[in-house]
Amino acid sequence: MTREQKRKIEGSIALSLSTMAAFFGLFWLVFILGDVLVHGIKALNLGLFMNDPAPAGVEGGGLRNAFVGQLMITLFATLIGVPIGVLGGTFLAEYARGRKIARLISILADIMVSVPSIVIGTFIYAILVKPIGHFSGWAGSVALAIIMVPVVLRTTEDMLSLVPWTLREAAFALGAPYYKVITQVVYRGAATGILTGILLSIARVAGETAPLLFTSFNNSFFSLDMKKPISSLTVTIFQYAMGPYDSWHTQAWAAAFVITIFILILTITGRLLVKWRYR
Amino acid sequence: MSETVEIEVKGLNFHYAGDIHALKEIDLTIHKNAVTALIGPSGCGKTTLLRCFNRMHDLYPKNRYEGEIYFQGSNILSKETDLIDLRSRIGMVFQKPTPFPMSIFDNIAYGLKLKGVSRRSDLAEGVEKALMHAALWDEVKDKLGASAYELSGGQQQRLVIARALAVNPEVLLFDEPTSALDPISTAKIEELATTLKKEITIVIVTHNMQQAARISDWTGFLMLGELIEFGRTDKIFTSPSEKLTEDYVTGRFG
Repeated sequence: MTREQKRKIEGSIALSLSTMAAFFGLFWLVFILGDVLVHGIKALNLGLFMNDPAPAGVEGGGLRNAFVGQLMITLFATLIGVPIGVLGGTFLAEYARGRKIARLISILADIMVSVPSIVIGTFIYAILVKPIGHFSGWAGSVALAIIMVPVVLRTTEDMLSLVPWTLREAAFALGAPYYKVITQVVYRGAATGILTGILLSIARVAGETAPLLFTSFNNSFFSLDMKKPISSLTVTIFQYAMGPYDSWHTQAWAAAFVITIFILILTITGRLLVKWRYR
Repeated sequence: MSETVEIEVKGLNFHYAGDIHALKEIDLTIHKNAVTALIGPSGCGKTTLLRCFNRMHDLYPKNRYEGEIYFQGSNILSKETDLIDLRSRIGMVFQKPTPFPMSIFDNIAYGLKLKGVSRRSDLAEGVEKALMHAALWDEVKDKLGASAYELSGGQQQRLVIARALAVNPEVLLFDEPTSALDPISTAKIEELATTLKKEITIVIVTHNMQQAARISDWTGFLMLGELIEFGRTDKIFTSPSEKLTEDYVTGRFG
């Protein structure tokens, strides 16, 4: 066998192995999405969004409390996490650029990204739930915010670093103070990238269950009080899917469907923004 | 041509971080309402010198100046210099056009807003004036809201000049402003520089000796961080006193 033939065979083996791996991954993804879709759509109805849960075992009722609770927890997590992440990323890319402290924080943020979310949940349990004495929506938002911060921070840092340095020089040369250079010129150049990072970080936390189990817990009643335990879709799915009633299982499917679609839309919007920006 | 001194450089030494001695004992006079060209081979320090005039080097840590640069009588290298004020009085145009990621209108308005102009009508007036000044108004007046990135390279460069002019500087520094442009755009910018010197003082760094000969009144020739010769442009190009200058302007090296 000549060397060329050998190379060709090696090439086709590598190609078929990686194609198989890709299809293997894709198969399960499509399978899961399809399953959620089929079961979810069947269970979907308007009452799901309009009604609160019926007493356990009784047919009917909806998940209004969980939808609203999920939105509130995610919204406040975003309001807490995004400013910290964006400002932190700005500090790293601008004020601390090239310094050791910036490298250190970057590396720590990268490690934070991969910390299991349940660890963050127990951490918040220890500092915000145990001392206060009860679960609360705020604790849930803070836990999710902590998961968001490193993601937003790193994206912001990367996107700001991509803005050409000459653009900053041009703004400085006009006599602009640094904070105006950053807020009016650099942020403009990096806006789409940062927005994408924010959307993807929301998508990341919207599907979290573990940190909420220890913090916002659950509430079978409709509540807007962030100081009290509050219901969320993910925890509800966990509880209903493990529960004994068929009506619970159906509703868990519906909830899974809604949250999957929500995350899918966020992710796709994020990707589209990137594509549109770098066209 | 006026003989008033605008900027006086005395015994200037400049070190980049890592102790690279980039400028050595520079003495030089920039005359008011004239175009001064800085020429020399790559790496000779001409851009480094230009960037001393608006203290651009201060953006990077561990750069060090020695000596004095007097701008209208006060030493701009002193610690007390307000860099924001200095940079609004000494503007700069870079080698590659640097439009901001915003509309044509907002690009110019940016400089005006820095100066404290905030009323919409004042901004509109200032933008029009600056664009007229940079001979760009007729080309963009119907699309002020369009992104500045839609303009051609030459138009972008004139936009950047308009933006710098909007701040009302007394001196404008040009760092090889035409090296990325085609001949027609280059001609427009050169013409602009010649017109502008009636109102402001211009210092231009250029690789292109014909350009220096065409538009400047004074020329400084630098090599390896030293100012070899400085004088009237016609003298530098026709009867230089230094052998090195003669070799360079006749194209024997560089």
